[in-house]
Amino acid sequence: MPHDSVLDTFPKLLLDRTRQHPDKIAMREKDLGIWQTWTWRQMYDEVRALAGGLAALGLARGDKVAIIGDNRPHLYWAMMATQCLGGVPVPLYQDAVAEEMQFVLEHAETRFAVVEDQEQVDKLLAVQECCPKLETVIYTDPRGLRHYSSPFLHALTTVQEHGRRFEAAHPAYVDEQIAQGRGTDLAIMLYTSGTTGRPKGVMLSFDNILITARNAVVREGLRDDEEILAYLPMAWVGDHIFSYAQFYCADFIVNCPESSDTVLQDLHEIGPTYFFAPPRIWENILTTVMIRMEDAAWLKRQMFHFFMGVAQRVGARKLAGQSVGLRDTLLYALGNVLVYGPLKDNLGVRRIRLAYTAGEAIGPEIFTFYRSLGINVKQLYGMTEASVFVCVQPDGEVRADTVGTPMPEVEVKISPEGEVLFRSPGVFLGYYKNQQATAETLEDGWVRSGDAGYLDAHGHLKIIDRARDVSRVGDANRSLFAPRYLENKLKFSPFIKEAVVYGQERPFVGAFINIDLGAVGNWAERRGLAYTSYTDLAARPQVYALIQGEIARVNASLADDPQMAGAQIRRFLILHKELDPDDGELTRTRKVRRRFVAEKYATLVEVLYGSDDRVTVETQVIFEDGRSGTLKAELLIRDVAPETPVAVA
Amino acid sequence: MLQAQHIALAFGAVQALSDVSVDIHTGEILAIIGPNGAGKTSLLNVINGVYYPQRGHIVFQGVERSKRLRPYQVARQGIARTFQNVALFKGMSTLDNLMTGRVLHMHTGLLSQALYWGRARRDEEQHRAYVETIIDFLEIEAIRKTPVGRLPYGLQKRVELGRALAAEPVLLLLDEPMAGMNVEEKADMCRYIFDIRDEFGITCVLIEHDMGVVMDISDRLVVLDYGRKIADGPPDVVRTDQAVINAYLGVAYADA
Repeated sequence: MPHDSVLDTFPKLLLDRTRQHPDKIAMREKDLGIWQTWTWRQMYDEVRALAGGLAALGLARGDKVAIIGDNRPHLYWAMMATQCLGGVPVPLYQDAVAEEMQFVLEHAETRFAVVEDQEQVDKLLAVQECCPKLETVIYTDPRGLRHYSSPFLHALTTVQEHGRRFEAAHPAYVDEQIAQGRGTDLAIMLYTSGTTGRPKGVMLSFDNILITARNAVVREGLRDDEEILAYLPMAWVGDHIFSYAQFYCADFIVNCPESSDTVLQDLHEIGPTYFFAPPRIWENILTTVMIRMEDAAWLKRQMFHFFMGVAQRVGARKLAGQSVGLRDTLLYALGNVLVYGPLKDNLGVRRIRLAYTAGEAIGPEIFTFYRSLGINVKQLYGMTEASVFVCVQPDGEVRADTVGTPMPEVEVKISPEGEVLFRSPGVFLGYYKNQQATAETLEDGWVRSGDAGYLDAHGHLKIIDRARDVSRVGDANRSLFAPRYLENKLKFSPFIKEAVVYGQERPFVGAFINIDLGAVGNWAERRGLAYTSYTDLAARPQVYALIQGEIARVNASLADDPQMAGAQIRRFLILHKELDPDDGELTRTRKVRRRFVAEKYATLVEVLYGSDDRVTVETQVIFEDGRSGTLKAELLIRDVAPETPVAVA
Repeated sequence: MLQAQHIALAFGAVQALSDVSVDIHTGEILAIIGPNGAGKTSLLNVINGVYYPQRGHIVFQGVERSKRLRPYQVARQGIARTFQNVALFKGMSTLDNLMTGRVLHMHTGLLSQALYWGRARRDEEQHRAYVETIIDFLEIEAIRKTPVGRLPYGLQKRVELGRALAAEPVLLLLDEPMAGMNVEEKADMCRYIFDIRDEFGITCVLIEHDMGVVMDISDRLVVLDYGRKIADGPPDVVRTDQAVINAYLGVAYADA
């Protein structure tokens, strides 16, 4: 029997790895300004104590344990301790409001919750009455909780103390529970935030996750000296694979940032070698660089632009292993000393050997920017239902418009309707307590991804849009209307943060725009344009002119594609507020909830297709503390002239 | 903890405070309210030794304060404060500003500090460790190395609070800690003030105009008007006091 098949659960892996290298560094966390480290032995002791404590509190096999908070070692250990006892961790998005949490807690029937701090405890106390199954809440940070006297509240350190006593009294219990675990057992439940409807609990087994994670480790050549930064929500499958599953498979080092606000500084200090970021993070970093370059001295600016030009010409080809000629090789080397090296160092991406972008399409310019710097960023296509990995761009075959080839043991095919289907060892067990949704998604082991796409001549998968969103514009040509495709093209502009387009069975395509406050704010400052708030800035005619130019650019690129030429954006408005997950307009992973927005701003959609060029709106907003208020603003609507399609001879 | 007895303070012909007596009890959050020019800031200035009153005296922790005591000596006794207008070193980082709050606790000489050697080094590490607990407490890790001049106003206020805390006071005076803040920032500041009292055991005296906040967080209110104390008691009592309604709160609030 191959060695790894015995190690078919995470707790067994933990035991094995700790035995193999007890003194190797496992995790770090920045606390009080210093990077604290834990070796595998120390981590193991913490997990054991916690598992004992949970056992003493009565956690039984199959019990669900909610995990809520930022990426903290103790919360990862809580997941592990739960799995040691045969329980099932259910990580929740830590920024969700209490009512959203209530749904998941109720639906998953969680008996325990391990949470980070007072903020999360307060939310649980608020919904506690509606979740009768929830018996015990354990918190890691005692601050502010001094006067909380609820009998079901426990400090994590206290639970661990009980655990050590429990272990002393029942030394074999936890080991027995670990030995009972099987690869086919339910390992974790991840609730997908979903752009429509209620969240669904995706059930993944140890086999699903471990086989998928191991295959990726092998194909991508991950080593035990990789450093990663765990900064994306623990409730998201990506973090679970990168910071948890692959950590136990490849034995690399997981670093937890000091706080969610310090991620970019921590990134710089750690200098990860394996890094994952959704497109918006790559965009943010690039936008910051560009803003800083605009403010830099003349010489620096010239140098930056010159060598970035060289990089664009040479870098991507070099990374693909092609030869580029002596002159370019030398210029690139010089650029590396003068610009790329210092820049990468400054951003904390100098040591990256492998980086992924996924979740949404990334702008070709952004993607090329990083690759030309010599950073090996690759696109990944995955979903929760697949334990992440479906397709990844293989080294040397990276193109901006595809998501690469299927991973080992993954099969991909396209349905007659054009939907992407896949089958793999990572395919989930089903949605928890949702037979109907499971049946709709899972058929004979094949998962309907919900994405429209096709395999190109090289066997690379290309994704166009959500299958159900693709429709036709109601113009004379019945032009193809792929909203996400259009929105992404708009969002590739540094000035546009979010866009929502309309056009299904409408005479033309119209758009709502959210400007990027950082980029447009800086643009305005340099022009001496004073503004007080987002709402104020968004309504400025100068900003409208700026966005109009960006849209014209998108239209020009659409005009070149005969299928899309009719989907050019003819009319737009800039929304008076930023779309926000707290107002339900975005999902927690910051995807636009198109239907919700269309309903909420129905009047604005009508105005978009009317003749008025201004309108007054009043909108309810919910502040971070849960209070609500109204925002009143006057909006302008602007027309954009379409570009003429290039005549096809 | 501190008794201000029959305080009278005049600037020329302007009588800022006349016969004001206030008791500050250990572990309470005391709010001083009143219309503009009522003498609120003057009272704080008397308490922390910037002004010495013409009449009356201050008893702090059972000892009557001498007339010759300078503000820095008062600070050394354990009274720290923040200012109505943020008074930080704008060019210095958050961390360095907080470190200045530790100055009163540094015991090494200029030479050994400059050489960063021996005891000075150990000292510095201890002070830095203390400052880091404050940074953690106020959740300002992300701006540790940012020059405070570049920070938005709400954060500057928080840094200033941090510097006052770094001095490890027993009594903290806050002059309009929430002025100019939005709803969320105010909610955060309220939580910090509660936690300062609960976690650090520091007695807090604050001047604040936002009545919602004041009624929420304070154990006791002192109301000043034209340099005189017109009320003193728990929020529920003061809220319905006719003199206070006439002078400051107004009728609409009382109805609400």
